[in-house]
Amino acid sequence: MGEFFTLSVLVATAASAIRLATPYLLASLGETVGQRSGVLNLGVDGVMLLSAFFSYWTVLETGNLWLAVLVGLVVGLVMGLLYGVITVFLNATQGISGIGIFIFGLGLSDLLFRQLVGTPKPVRRLPNVDIPLLSDIPHLGEALFQRNLLTYLAFLLVPVTALLLTRTTFGLNIRSVGDNPQAADSLGVSVERTRFVAILIGNSMAGLAGAALVLQLGIFQPNLTQGLGFIAVALVYFGAWRPIGVMGGALLYGFVNATVLQWKALGIIPVSGSDLANMAPAVLTILALIVVARRVHAPSALTKPFTRH
Amino acid sequence: MDTMGSDENILEMRGITKVFPGVVANDNVDLDVRYGEVHSLLGENGAGKSTLVKILFGLCQPDEGSIHLRGEPIAVESPAEAIASRIGMIHQHFMLVPTLTVAENVALGTQSTRRPFTDLDVVSRRVSEISEKHGLAVDPSVEVRRLAVGERQRVEIIKALYRDAELLVLDEPTAVLTPGEVDDLFVILRRMANDGRGLIFISHKLREVLTLSDRITVLRNGKVVGTTAPAETSREELAQMMVGRAVRLTPDKPLMDASAAQLKVEGLTIRGDRETVAVDDISFEVRSGEILGVAGVSGNGQRELAEAIAGLRAVEPGGSIRIAGVDVTGDDTRSRRDRGLGFIPEERMRDGAIAEFTVSENLVLVDHGAAEFTSRGMLDFGSIREHSQKLVDDFAVKTPGIDTPTSSLSGGNIQKVILARELSASPTVLLACQPTRGVDIGAAEYIHTRLIQQRSLGTATILISEDLDEVMGLADRIAVMYEGEIVAIVPSEEATRDRIGLLMAGVVEAPDQSSV
Repeated sequence: MGEFFTLSVLVATAASAIRLATPYLLASLGETVGQRSGVLNLGVDGVMLLSAFFSYWTVLETGNLWLAVLVGLVVGLVMGLLYGVITVFLNATQGISGIGIFIFGLGLSDLLFRQLVGTPKPVRRLPNVDIPLLSDIPHLGEALFQRNLLTYLAFLLVPVTALLLTRTTFGLNIRSVGDNPQAADSLGVSVERTRFVAILIGNSMAGLAGAALVLQLGIFQPNLTQGLGFIAVALVYFGAWRPIGVMGGALLYGFVNATVLQWKALGIIPVSGSDLANMAPAVLTILALIVVARRVHAPSALTKPFTRH
Repeated sequence: MDTMGSDENILEMRGITKVFPGVVANDNVDLDVRYGEVHSLLGENGAGKSTLVKILFGLCQPDEGSIHLRGEPIAVESPAEAIASRIGMIHQHFMLVPTLTVAENVALGTQSTRRPFTDLDVVSRRVSEISEKHGLAVDPSVEVRRLAVGERQRVEIIKALYRDAELLVLDEPTAVLTPGEVDDLFVILRRMANDGRGLIFISHKLREVLTLSDRITVLRNGKVVGTTAPAETSREELAQMMVGRAVRLTPDKPLMDASAAQLKVEGLTIRGDRETVAVDDISFEVRSGEILGVAGVSGNGQRELAEAIAGLRAVEPGGSIRIAGVDVTGDDTRSRRDRGLGFIPEERMRDGAIAEFTVSENLVLVDHGAAEFTSRGMLDFGSIREHSQKLVDDFAVKTPGIDTPTSSLSGGNIQKVILARELSASPTVLLACQPTRGVDIGAAEYIHTRLIQQRSLGTATILISEDLDEVMGLADRIAVMYEGEIVAIVPSEEATRDRIGLLMAGVVEAPDQSSV
């Protein structure tokens, strides 16, 4: 246990926590935008799998990391179009539609991987970029400011999303259609358009999350996410539908994951207990949700399709 | 501009017809509204008032007819277009987002001067100006969910004024207000009309319509019955126009001798949904052959009191509820019913009947286990049908048959089904909550007659209602609830609308007055 509390190990753990938190954060922020507009998307995991696969395949074929990121984003956007049409314009039940999207993403990414790639081959990873001056801060700089660009983007998106929701007219529209769509409609705010755009934003960010996940690992395998997208949905509840809270959840999750990895590497957790330790983040989520979810109120119109009477 | 307004029309709706599957909601309806006029639309549920204004506000499209606004023909395809044409609407259910602030609610859907960002400071300043000018006090920075009902109403009006509405539609705006708040609202509305705006006021409360309007148009079954003015008509005449036959608005009540107390409530304290004290140490009794009316603005503990008496909500230790002398405080609903309690709940579709069940099934919902409806442990459909048919006939329930799903009946007829079930058990104590809310005048008249009949039979009735006319017309004594307490119990001979209205607002009278 003592070897964990050495400075270098702690810094390494923190660095890995922030890296691991990145896909969660991107997906959760996107899901926050969607849920604030009243749309629950349980398909995040499926969207992430598809975009992760396409990002991976793009790097494999072209070697171009930034094209891969773009492809991940576009795949998310396309899945958003699909989900938006199903839930907003066809008024389908969100819960079941989302699960459909998940299963679709899981199955299709698996199929395409087997057909187009076959055996996992490692690809280039996202390089770490040192931020001038800040990265020179002892220890802290190494943990926080020697990360990849998608990680910086994810954390930059926290205030951006918060500003979008609280300070812009579009954010006001999003919050109103999530809480009382009838009221928004009566004032000439298009519920359909607002929700559709919120879904596109959310899914694009889920696409970015998929790209971040695969490009940080440098490898793809079937069901790469292992439910990460579902955790991201839960983190929105954990974060009480606020970007800063969601960031707290993603970081907590990243830290628990990183600590488990580190403890396994250091032998603090025996090999026999390894699978059990992998459950820690999930158990933590459930406990946190029990404590947190009681005190906050979800957007009133969450999961409710809107129809004008 | 004088209070009668000019003769020029701001709005002319001509030959509006709207057909929904199976119903003609509007049948060749004409409506004129002048500048500076309060024009009331009066009618029963389903008479077509709401459809007409929804068409005006672009929430649905007419099948036939034309709309002229300020002399120009317009086609309103969406609320956004209506707002752009300076038509404002205050909906029956508040169209506010509770989690947003007043300023955010007002700003919603409007152009910001700092796009894409909001300009809430600019909005707040204008809201304050409007508040001041029209006497609509409200703090722009407060979240709407923290506001009282009367304040929310003001926010709705501010929203319309902020958009510079010149034609304002108010769909039953008084339903949730205290008598005092209604008076305040009327002053504001009158002032808005005097500014030259046209107001359409929708209501089914005859007294309010007579007080506020310049003209009144009555609708029945989708058609205009006539247009009149308050000076030329009366409550009785308006009721007749609405229903199509003469209606008795105040039921005759035979004198009854007060006898034994059948319901006795002592030291009752009840916690509400948020664990706060909703009912605070109240005591009262209801005697055989008496109706005790409970008046009060919604949310002052009436619902919790009703639920506690019915056995749906626990009471704090120390309090007691006795039915016919027996303490039932800890008993479940079934044993209370066995002691002679009948219950007409406020939420009739949630607590009073099962929508998907047939009329017959709802009529035996309480007693289906009784010996007369079973044989050898199985339901005896023969006797259930016989019993149901008798009740449907006795209570004049308008239904195609006893096997009709209850959900397809009108509100008034569903209430009659519940009334039939509860009264057929000959209750010793009857707890009636909002028995005629949302019910047509005709059905309300019938329900009132039945409650009086039950009183003559010796039932002790506790009538909880927000309709002051109903309470004053039926009750022998009126208990007024304010913030969880009974602030006074007034014998009906001494009750006036003003006095009860003041008590409902928590203004407790000086002791020398109450002893008179």
